[in-house]
Amino acid sequence: MTDDEIELKALMLASMNGDAASYRALLDRLSRRLRAYYKGKLARFGRGATEAEDLVQEAVLAIHLKRHTYDPGEPLTPWVHAIARYKLIDFLRRTRMSISDVPIDEADTIMAHDDNVDAESTYDLRGLLQRLPKKMRCSIEAVKLDGQSIAEAADRYGISESAVKVNIHRGLKTLAALVAREMRT
Amino acid sequence: MKTDELVALLSTNPGPVDRGLVARTLYVALAAGLIVSLGLALVGQGIRSDLTMARALIFLVVKLCFAVGIVSLALVYLTRLARPGGERKAPYFLVAMPFLVIVVVAAISLGIAPSSHWDKMIMGDQWLECLLSIPIIAIVPFATIIWAVRRAAPTNLVRAGTFVGLVAGGVSAIAYALHCTDDSLPFVAVWYGGTIVLCTLAGAALGPRLLRW
Repeated sequence: MTDDEIELKALMLASMNGDAASYRALLDRLSRRLRAYYKGKLARFGRGATEAEDLVQEAVLAIHLKRHTYDPGEPLTPWVHAIARYKLIDFLRRTRMSISDVPIDEADTIMAHDDNVDAESTYDLRGLLQRLPKKMRCSIEAVKLDGQSIAEAADRYGISESAVKVNIHRGLKTLAALVAREMRT
Repeated sequence: MKTDELVALLSTNPGPVDRGLVARTLYVALAAGLIVSLGLALVGQGIRSDLTMARALIFLVVKLCFAVGIVSLALVYLTRLARPGGERKAPYFLVAMPFLVIVVVAAISLGIAPSSHWDKMIMGDQWLECLLSIPIIAIVPFATIIWAVRRAAPTNLVRAGTFVGLVAGGVSAIAYALHCTDDSLPFVAVWYGGTIVLCTLAGAALGPRLLRW
């Protein structure tokens, strides 16, 4: 088992307990590896850094929305790799590129390289947030952008804490769907 | 947008994650599918009326063992397949075991019976009812389990769909067994086994469309 796997898995487990700093560090490090992975994969289709960045963000969103599917008894690398590859194939299908050109790769390739030269992706977060239904947007803005606690946000809008959580989850899901749609066009 | 902004957004107040959610959602979906299937079989078709007889009871138990065996084995794989990368390293051939067992005992029971009985043993009285009932009843558990798997994140959609179909077919067979009065091992092998395989194939075909996330 590599050092990467051990460190990232520890970060993942801490994140699953709700530790924000670990989660930030985890997503930071994963996004650098995803960037290297996607740049390498997309190069063979003549696609550049912008599309790679779109995919990085789509994968990061997917990792966030699906983090409850990580089984702590399993290594983290294959889980991340499966999501990254799934999103790559999904992207190629949407953009009608041939997927037969995607070679089968080992899970370790996802952790092989780091790339911290990030480009701007094609869409803008605040713009997309504006397109969400109001209650989802408000909950996300309060908790995710202004850094209020779930309880404070619930107070502010006069709704229950679980409603705030549901709004955030649904909102991010909708956001992920908007991102995917933007990338098709 | 920079990826940093997205990471900052997602990692602010992330909240704890419910680790048991994937399995629990699957079990709830399975229970709901089973209850509705039982309801359909019992209310729509009625429980078989001869359960006071030992032979009827024994065959009910045989059918239930076959179906429950399939459902529990398939469910073990499905809880893995519902997660990203879960399709790696799994001895899938184990799910063929209940089918293998029923085919072998059916062949033995045909072997010791006179060949003039074979037609009756294989076709039973209600083969058409069985052929239609199991796939139709299976629609409900299929829908509930697809719903549950969609809430997780399967990355091999054909395989995940296959196992959803297998579980749904098994659940449906559990329900139909309460009504079915055809008591012979070859009948169970051909018509129960066959219809469950049909459900499985339907799941494989529908998986990529229904399970995308």
